[in-house]
Amino acid sequence: MEPQTSCVTIQKEWDIVGARHVARDMARSLGFSTVDQARIATAVSELARNIYLYAKKGQIYFDIIDSVDRKGMNIKVIDSGPGIEDIGEVMQDGFSTSGGLGAGLPGVKRLMDEFDIESEKGVGTVIYVKKWVR
Amino acid sequence: MNSKFEGIVLENSEKIVEMWLEEIGTLRKENRTESISIDLYESTNREFVDVIFTSIKSHGSTNAVEEFSEKIINLGWPLSYITDGLQVFRRVTIDFILRQSERVDTEYISNVLSSVDEWVEPIIRILVNDYSGNWEHIVSLQRVALQELSAPLIPVIDGITIMPLVGTVDTDRAKLIMESLLQGVITHNSEVVLIDITGVPVVDTMVAHHLIQAAEAVRLIGAKCILVGIRPEIAQTIVNLGINLTDFPTKSTLKKGFLTALEITNRKVVNVKSSENDIEKLIESIQGE
Repeated sequence: MEPQTSCVTIQKEWDIVGARHVARDMARSLGFSTVDQARIATAVSELARNIYLYAKKGQIYFDIIDSVDRKGMNIKVIDSGPGIEDIGEVMQDGFSTSGGLGAGLPGVKRLMDEFDIESEKGVGTVIYVKKWVR
Repeated sequence: MNSKFEGIVLENSEKIVEMWLEEIGTLRKENRTESISIDLYESTNREFVDVIFTSIKSHGSTNAVEEFSEKIINLGWPLSYITDGLQVFRRVTIDFILRQSERVDTEYISNVLSSVDEWVEPIIRILVNDYSGNWEHIVSLQRVALQELSAPLIPVIDGITIMPLVGTVDTDRAKLIMESLLQGVITHNSEVVLIDITGVPVVDTMVAHHLIQAAEAVRLIGAKCILVGIRPEIAQTIVNLGINLTDFPTKSTLKKGFLTALEITNRKVVNVKSSENDIEKLIESIQGE
């Protein structure tokens, strides 16, 4: 039996790979399609990389949602990094402070079904994402 | 004082060994050695306790300990077997010495503790160092092995080179890919480079970014880059992420990419003996009869 929740701590670059594995295994056991498995793994990879690049340390929690009418996966990403000043700005395509493509957070929003972000400057950032099995 | 305790312990070594063996036997469940056969476990225990006593007798000679640690590492036993074993030895020995003494006060106890510690600590240090050193060695070997597999460049025919990527692309590897790609284009004098990502499990923005940069750098030195092996699910995630790959020619399979590369270099695949000719010859030979 798969555990209902699991938590991965992101601190090194290789932890991103670990988080991705947990996400993919959980998505597979829930019966997500191959494409959705790839979407979830990619989204987790983006979020984990954000922690590694900007906050240095954080946690990713994976939860299985199993209600009467639908099943899905709930992912919560917490860090106590520098926080995001203008959330509107980072949700724009092409905005990046690290010289990347700037597609990370808006991309995650498109990859997943539900997306929510809370951030306070100097305190940290929490991101909630959900994906439903179709 | 020290030698007095040593005397007690060495004289009664048999009793202490017996107590130790009994205690260590009960620990089998906890230190994950249950899968080991009883004979091997018991003979190793004997050897372990011999090593401890040799070390005490010789006042910290390390040869026997090093030999023993090598043996345990080769057997692949858990480190907890060693730390538990020495912890039990410490407890049993202190217990034994205290029971042998008629007059026990605080100073006496502290003397006993410190002299037993003096025997046990160097052994723990050597064993733990050997153990972690062995792990570090394995990790560094694996890192080297991974590096060797990292970014191979295969010149297939004049002007066309293939770089198959397998596994996760991280920052170090991305650098290596870029370097060996540029180096390879120069040394093999390639016109077209095919980057095959069939074996890359996830293409996120970082991986895409590195690939785009590598392709751009290859373009600058006058060659062309084609990205091949894009699986359907990877294509969908790339579109969802909004990554712009329009400047980057892509193909679904290495085969299609290779044919495109041949076209770019003004070549094509031709059968040496066309099968039509064969049939005509066959018909002719039949008619001749």
